[in-house]
Parts: sequence; structure tokens; C-alpha cells
Amino acid sequence: MQPAQEVPNRKKRLFKADSLLGQWQLQSMIIPGVVFMIIFNLIPIWGLVIAFKNYTVTDTMASAPWVGLDNFKEIIGDQMFWQSVVNTLAISFLKLLIGFVLPIIIAVMIFELKDGPFKRIVQTISYMPHFLSWIVLGGMLISWLSTTGLLNQVGEMLGLIHHAQNQLIEPSKYWWIATLSDVWQNAGWGTILYLATMSKIDPTYYEAAQIDGASRMRQIWSITLPGISEMIGLNMILTISGLLNSNLDQTLVLMNTQNTAKAEVINSYVYRIGLTQGNFSYATAVGLGISVISVVLLVFTNKVAVKLNDDRQIL
Amino acid sequence: MDNHSFRKQDKDARIFNFFNVLLLSVFTLLIVVPLWNVLVSSFSSGQALASGKSNFWPTEWSLENYRAVFQDTTIWHAFFISVAKTIVGVITHTMFCAVCAYALSKAKLRGRSIYSAMGIVTMFFSGGMIPTYLLIRSLGLLNSFWVYILPGLFNYYDVIILMNFFRSVPESLEESAKIDGGGDWRIFWQIYMPLIKPGLATIALFNGVGQWNDFMTAKLYITNQALYPLQLKLYNIIVQSQTHDMAKVAGSVALQSTTKGVQIATIVITTVPILVIYPFLQKYFISGMMSGAVKE
Repeated sequence: MQPAQEVPNRKKRLFKADSLLGQWQLQSMIIPGVVFMIIFNLIPIWGLVIAFKNYTVTDTMASAPWVGLDNFKEIIGDQMFWQSVVNTLAISFLKLLIGFVLPIIIAVMIFELKDGPFKRIVQTISYMPHFLSWIVLGGMLISWLSTTGLLNQVGEMLGLIHHAQNQLIEPSKYWWIATLSDVWQNAGWGTILYLATMSKIDPTYYEAAQIDGASRMRQIWSITLPGISEMIGLNMILTISGLLNSNLDQTLVLMNTQNTAKAEVINSYVYRIGLTQGNFSYATAVGLGISVISVVLLVFTNKVAVKLNDDRQIL
Repeated sequence: MDNHSFRKQDKDARIFNFFNVLLLSVFTLLIVVPLWNVLVSSFSSGQALASGKSNFWPTEWSLENYRAVFQDTTIWHAFFISVAKTIVGVITHTMFCAVCAYALSKAKLRGRSIYSAMGIVTMFFSGGMIPTYLLIRSLGLLNSFWVYILPGLFNYYDVIILMNFFRSVPESLEESAKIDGGGDWRIFWQIYMPLIKPGLATIALFNGVGQWNDFMTAKLYITNQALYPLQLKLYNIIVQSQTHDMAKVAGSVALQSTTKGVQIATIVITTVPILVIYPFLQKYFISGMMSGAVKE
């Protein structure tokens, strides 16, 4: 707020140290960022209007004719789209079921280890796969799952597999392959935030529990897990709001002509319809619909989580 | 508490520790063994690969896969594109974000609430794949090297991390520099930047991994083979090798084992740079967790 008596003296005010012109150097530092956000973030958001238009290669965004909700009506009867929704949800739920719980268990186990080389080795190795690209990991998976690959060999050794075959061309196995490979990549990495939170738990709680004769399991149940409950809630909200998002890199590298029916997810469907077939408007409508549902999911889960958390805000 | 129950607690703890270490060892092996298998396969002859004999130890040591990769100049070309885009991308991204973060970290910045509101909007909303593609096309960035650099210049997650680092610098430093007559740019560059090196390292390392691993940018916007990065090149090798695998054309066994060998050797080569910087990355895990660069 400027003091009232300085208002008439405009010129002086303009060049005062904390006026817009007076801090031109500071302003010149943020302007490129603002220009960036307008071009690369706001213009594409405005570009969503083509979901309500019939945009073809010959049109410009402005000249394309409006079609209202026609594109969205078309979605309802699109069986391939609904198949991709089923696949996305199935894979997301499996990932939620396994990939959500496992990092919590592993974090607790690592936390219970004494500091030392073993703990360091477990952490170093389990975080590693997170940094592999999905193309690298996909290539590895294709080799592990191939007829002569690691999985069939080990399976035969243990007597679990009798007829070695390429596991990736088996559509019925695809959901599990997508889930387990994702869990393999991220289970270790997912422990980091839990471990950081656990390290902040007051150690006197554990000392008191030991004196009272509480077993290790009891200490985990009554001290460690309550200590990270907020972090679990936060992760849950983010995971559920992302249920309709799928890993496009993973899908593109693992999908083949045999497993498409089970592998196609919403993202890859948008990619195929929009960029391979050039149906820009329809693909944008699908993407926009999914984003809207995701935001609704986020708001809804946040509401539920806040209720469960004694009305304390999590997000 | 009597002596007996203490001993019981001791025994419980030993059983607990035993199973804890056992299960974590199994977990660790489940990660190490498949990776070891890839490394071993890459050093196996095509024949051993095709017969599936060298899963844990190469039955026939051979460098033929690597030789095949080294002879393929397109793979080398892709490697250099990846190196170039990673170096240019990391430097420009880190600098661009640092400059913005410095300005935003100053409470006196006029319009600060508008700027940060914009930033937050970009974190939660985006136009999605198709509108972004149309923008990139109309900017003339299709099949241009700059498509690897420009759209990734700015990331609000990274700006927030850097803002926190800038805020941790005591304000008295800036005041005394102001008295000496330094402008904002000079103070930023000469006083602040050296003090927030850990923040810059976090952003640079995680952005570097993201750049190196990024595949979709090339897949979406690049059709010119001369600009293929390693990830896209590897993807094409994988797709090709799978097609061979499924076609099972008579007489293609030799071809099959070479493409498989090239695939596995390229995978190893693509991973080496990540392994090299991994020890440096480890220092910054916690601060980097928030970084958008690794948020898929």
C-alpha cells in the first residue's frame, strides 16, 4: 500500500525502488517464464475448443466448424474406446492393489533394519529400476518373457511351466505383466517418502513401547504405521485421481499385434486415433472427457480422505 | 519386568530380524537377477541367446553383439543426439527455472500472486496430447532439434524447489550487495547462484535423467531419422525384432538372433549413462522426489 500523500507524485512513484519500473530487473527475470506459460500451457488449454469442433487437416483452429457435443456423443457408442477404459481401469486397480501396499510394507521392513551395509545395499538396489526408461525396461521384459528367456527357464527349472512360450503374445496375461513390471520398477522408489516420514517419528515412543514389552509387530502397528498415515492418505488421493491415467510409454513398447485387445489403454487410444489416424477433434474430446473425470475423482477422494482423517486437510 | 520376558523379547527380535533380512534379500535378488541376466545376455553369442542357455552365466563369451552395434552408425548417431539434447536441455532448463525462481522468491516482486497462480494452473491443467501437438506443429517445431529443448525449458515443480533454496539464503546478503550498487541480475548470478548449488544439482540431475529417458517427445514430433534419439532408435529395434519373432519366416533364425543381440546390447549401452550418474543422484533423492522431471 502506498501512503496517500505520495499518490499525486506519479513520476516519483513510478521509479521508486519497489514499483513496477523500479524493479524492472526483477520483472525481466520473470517475464520469459510468463511468456513460456502463455505459449506452452495456456494456448493448448485454449486449444481444447477443437473438442467441440470438427477440425480437419485443412482447417485452422478458428475456421473449423462448431459441432457442439457431437464428438462426445460419438464416444458413447465407441466400443474400442470402452475396451480401452476397461483395460485402463483393470491395470490401474491391479497396480493400486499391489503397487500401493508393497512400498509401505517394504518401507517398514527397511526401517526395521539396523543401519549398516545391508540396509544401504537394499536401498541402493531397490531404487535403481526407477531410473530406467520404459523403452529400456520394455526391451528387457520382452527378452525375459520370450520363449527362451529368463522366466520360462526358471519356471521350467522349478516345474511351474511345462510349455515354454512367449508370455507377451498371451492376451490374458497382459494386465498382470503391465502391473507387475510397473511394481518391479517402482516398489523400491515408493519407499523413499515413507522412510523420510518414519525417520521423523520420535524415538522415545519406541523406547517406551519396549519397556512395556510390546513386540516388534505391535510397535510397527501402533507407532510406525500411525506415524505415516498422513503420507499414506496423500499417496492414496494422488493414486486414485490417476486411475484413468495410464503409462503410455509402457503400453507402446509392450503392445503387439497379439495382445492389443487387452493392452490398449485410453492414452494409447487417443494417440492412435489422433496422431496416427488424424482424427484430432475426436481424440481431443476423449482426452478432455478423461481429464474432467480425473479432476472429479481427485476432489471426491480428497473429501473422503479428509473425513477419514478427522477433518484435517491433506492436500 | 523380569528377566524371563526380556529373554523372550530378545528371541522374538531375533526371529523377526531373521525373516526381515530374508525377505528383503529375496526382494533385492528379484531386482538384481533380471538385470544381471540382461548383462550376461549382451555378452553371449547369438546362438547361445537363441537357445536360451546363458541366462545366469554366458555359455559362450562373445562381443559380437557389441560389434554389431558399433558397426551400426545410426545407433551412434542416435547416441550423440541423446547426449546433445541432454546437455543442452539440462543447462537451459536449469538456468531458465533458476532465473524465474529467483524473481518469484522475492516477496517484493510486483504481480507475484498472479505469476504463481499461473504456475499452479500449469501444474494441474494441460491441453493434453492433441492440442499440444497442434501447437508444436504451428510453431514449426516438428522435426526440429529444438522440440527437445523449448517445451521443456520451464517446469513449475522445479521452480518451487529452487524457490525454497533461494529463500534459505539470508536476506542480509542481498541488502549489503544492494548497498554496493549491484543490480538484481548481478546479485542473482554472483551471490545467490553459488549458494544454491545443491538445489541446482538436484534439478540438473533429475532433469538429465528425464531428458535421457524421454521417448514420447521424439515419438510424437520427430520423423526425420537424423534426429532420432537413442530411446526412439531402441524402440524401433525392439519393434523390428518382435516382428521378426512373430513372422517366424523360414531361414530368418540367423537374422532373429542378430536383431536380438543388437537389441540387448543397445539396451545396456542406453543404460550405462544412467548407472554412471546414479551415485550422484542418490544424494538428492529426497529433494528430487518432487521434481517434475521424474514424474513420469
